[in-house]
Amino acid sequence: MLTKNAAIAANRFGLGARPRDAALIASDPRGWLEQQLTTAQRAPSESSSPPESARVLQELRELRAVRQVAAQVRANAGTAPAARRGAPPPDQGSSSGEPAATATPGVPPGIDEGAIREFGQFARQHYMTYANERHRRAIETDQPFVERLVHFWSNHFAVSADKPLVGPLAGLYEQEAIRPRVTGNFYDLLLAAERHPAMNLYLDNTASMGEGSTAARLARNRGRELGLNENLAREILELHTLGVDGGYAQHDVTEFAKVITGWSIGGPIGPGGGGLGRPAANGAANGPGNGGPASNPRAAAFAGGAPGEFYFRALMHEPGDKTVLGKRFKERGVEEGEEVLAMLAQHPATAKHLATKLARHFVADDPPAALVDMLAKVYLKNDGELVPVYRALIEADDSWRQPLAKYKTPQDFVLSTFRALDHVPDNLQQITGILGELGQRPFTPGSPAGWPDIAANWDGSDALLKRIEWGAAVGKRVGAAAKGFDAADLTASVLGPVNDATLASIGGASDAGQGLALLIAAPEFQRR
Amino acid sequence: MNRRILLRTSVQLTLLAPFARLAHAAADTQARFVLVILRGALDGLAAVAPYADPQYRNLRGALALDAPGSDGGVLKLDGTFGLHPSLANMHAMYQANELAVLHAVATPYRERSHFDAQKVLEAGGLTPSTSDGGWLNRALAELEREGSERDAIALSESVPLVLRGTFGVGTWAPSQLPDTDADLLARVRRMYEASDPRLADRLIEALDARDIAGDAAAGGNGMGGARAGVQITPIVTAAARFLKSPNGPRVAAIDIGGWDTHANQGASQGNLALRLRGLDAGLQTLKVELGPAWQDTTVLIVTEFGRTVAVNGTRGTDHGTAGCAFLAGGAVSGGRVLADWPGLAQRDLHEGRDLRATTDLRGVFKGVLATRFKIPEAALETSVFPDSAGVEPLELAAV
Repeated sequence: MLTKNAAIAANRFGLGARPRDAALIASDPRGWLEQQLTTAQRAPSESSSPPESARVLQELRELRAVRQVAAQVRANAGTAPAARRGAPPPDQGSSSGEPAATATPGVPPGIDEGAIREFGQFARQHYMTYANERHRRAIETDQPFVERLVHFWSNHFAVSADKPLVGPLAGLYEQEAIRPRVTGNFYDLLLAAERHPAMNLYLDNTASMGEGSTAARLARNRGRELGLNENLAREILELHTLGVDGGYAQHDVTEFAKVITGWSIGGPIGPGGGGLGRPAANGAANGPGNGGPASNPRAAAFAGGAPGEFYFRALMHEPGDKTVLGKRFKERGVEEGEEVLAMLAQHPATAKHLATKLARHFVADDPPAALVDMLAKVYLKNDGELVPVYRALIEADDSWRQPLAKYKTPQDFVLSTFRALDHVPDNLQQITGILGELGQRPFTPGSPAGWPDIAANWDGSDALLKRIEWGAAVGKRVGAAAKGFDAADLTASVLGPVNDATLASIGGASDAGQGLALLIAAPEFQRR
Repeated sequence: MNRRILLRTSVQLTLLAPFARLAHAAADTQARFVLVILRGALDGLAAVAPYADPQYRNLRGALALDAPGSDGGVLKLDGTFGLHPSLANMHAMYQANELAVLHAVATPYRERSHFDAQKVLEAGGLTPSTSDGGWLNRALAELEREGSERDAIALSESVPLVLRGTFGVGTWAPSQLPDTDADLLARVRRMYEASDPRLADRLIEALDARDIAGDAAAGGNGMGGARAGVQITPIVTAAARFLKSPNGPRVAAIDIGGWDTHANQGASQGNLALRLRGLDAGLQTLKVELGPAWQDTTVLIVTEFGRTVAVNGTRGTDHGTAGCAFLAGGAVSGGRVLADWPGLAQRDLHEGRDLRATTDLRGVFKGVLATRFKIPEAALETSVFPDSAGVEPLELAAV
């Protein structure tokens, strides 16, 4: 039987108790959480091998170039006005499961139709691979507190797979930028997130260029107006650091956007998908009706850097000093952005914003103000080191006072079910399927704000019925497979003390499968 | 499948099922209201182009749409405005006086955060933190106080802020899960009733909603439905079923995401054009599915703010201020553009970059609630929209 505090440790701070966790947590729930922090894997030192995301992104770009050229050939042979105007067909097939937009009669000679489909298949396959890996890890881990922190920060620095190219990269983004740094310093986490290609593509920074930059000037000479896109800068200020009431103005957004012009992705092919809609330099060179790279100023600006990795494109960078939050930053190329991020990471508004989000995630939808203030102080006192903040959170009485204060997100709900069963399903894709049904398909918050973290966003009536229905299906499967399975025992070992009505209901089930279905439907199992 | 009958007989004595309220409602319950929120900020200057504004072509550059009559040109509304060519069904509604177009509208919010802007849009206050719950929920609570209650449904997994509050609101979204046997559902319900009445209420709401929606889920892709902005057919089909059901809800909220076109927005073709086509098809589906009930229906389509007038450096548009909105339905006297047009000249722009707001969206909301649901103005300017005494309800009847 889990004690009340062991249940809080396993379910609120972890990802849900496994039957064997009672023995691991024993009489020291705080200690069980603390030791996870000290043994967590830290960021590896600079590795020379290119990250996996670079390889995947490069392959995606090549496949997409093939598709875009094919679309253009078709358009020239046929009708589609989209391509005639120089715009490629929108990417429909990358991650959303919709068929790629390739429905035109007859494939022109020289174009392999298989290659056109390959882009969508490659993208979907990578999306699913990383979603599966994420779920396997969450079910298997002995460090569920650290795993929850990975999910928390990945959601804080959210990218969304419903944008082209982001889907297949989202899981790698979490693995490469977030996971190694959740027990480090916030500045390192911030920098790694903003530099990652997935973030650059998601918030359009690859294509943002200073109006006074060389690249913009070259483009103007050719009659093309290219310039600033303030998306990433705004969301860094509003969502990743200061928070919406953190005391910045439109002027700061614009200046900061200039600061990070040039933060982009390397490689001979243009920044692609998320930022640029025209065929990338290589694709355009092969495509009819387009100038080759030599005549294209973008190609010049984009040549360079390791393919698929962060690359600072000096030619796109707005020259000159900039002023953000009243502080003047000298022209220093890529370092300018790093300096602004460092300032933001140390800002009291950032401390408050992060403390609020952590307290909301771990304690209550409306966390106690004293707890938030305390966490913010610890953050500032430790220069953004995160482990002391987590320690303070674990040690705070507020964190243990009210059990079951948080309504589980669909992800919490589904993962905690599999942990309760201590079972990784053979077909991991079913987890992505049910999360989609419940409104939380992996890596698709649909907004840079990430998934919401309060009950009102998740406790809709329809979503509740779907949880019950899914639990019933799980109960049927497990009940049929396992003779002698006792849902009442399982309740005690994964939920600890529960309401009499819950116990009576589960105890009085007509069979083991129904007992499990009732456990999964129980009020206590909807919360953490 | 008789699970509903089984449940109903055992439930009705202990819980007043939300959709049963209508049986007691005295007032005219024929009026239907559908609120569609386009999340991510629809570019109002693309959806409803001021093609005749002298600055339009110049400022919009590559994103400018051609004048009416040309290939890929706007669909003419009047001498100034035209609908995006993707909105052909809506144009037909306009010509049949079933669609009114509003322009240069905005909430009182003047910053540029999506999330705060949506809070203001839905909470109905002056700032993101001024109020509890949503204005549509407060309006429904007001109707309940007056003995004229009617139910509402959110066509999503959870209740959007605009419908959150003291008045119970159900949700529905497409499902591919197998039905569960009645015995288990009855057991779950008893378990909830004994210890968690809130969950019990939710369960009953969900079962009621399923009853009405029937097999509208067929065709749902189970992948977030309207989130992508294109797959909205199952959602609006279900909405129509709810609204035309004799004891069904009379108010529905639909969310459609994916309007945040920072890059490669496209003009007559492209990313935004595709989304608009989905919206246009969705509205047409709603009309067809509602059948005769369309005559009693008001659909209001809004977004959290507009986008910059000028094209940004990546052939898209950034967060702006005023935008457009649409009123559609058989109950709307349409065929008109309602706009106090501020113009696009540099001196007329908000902060030199955005379309200036000349109409407060709260006035549009108030107009709908006053005309269609007869909510007294006193209630509208105090409980439903606090601090809105200066905002006149839009006169819809005369439209």
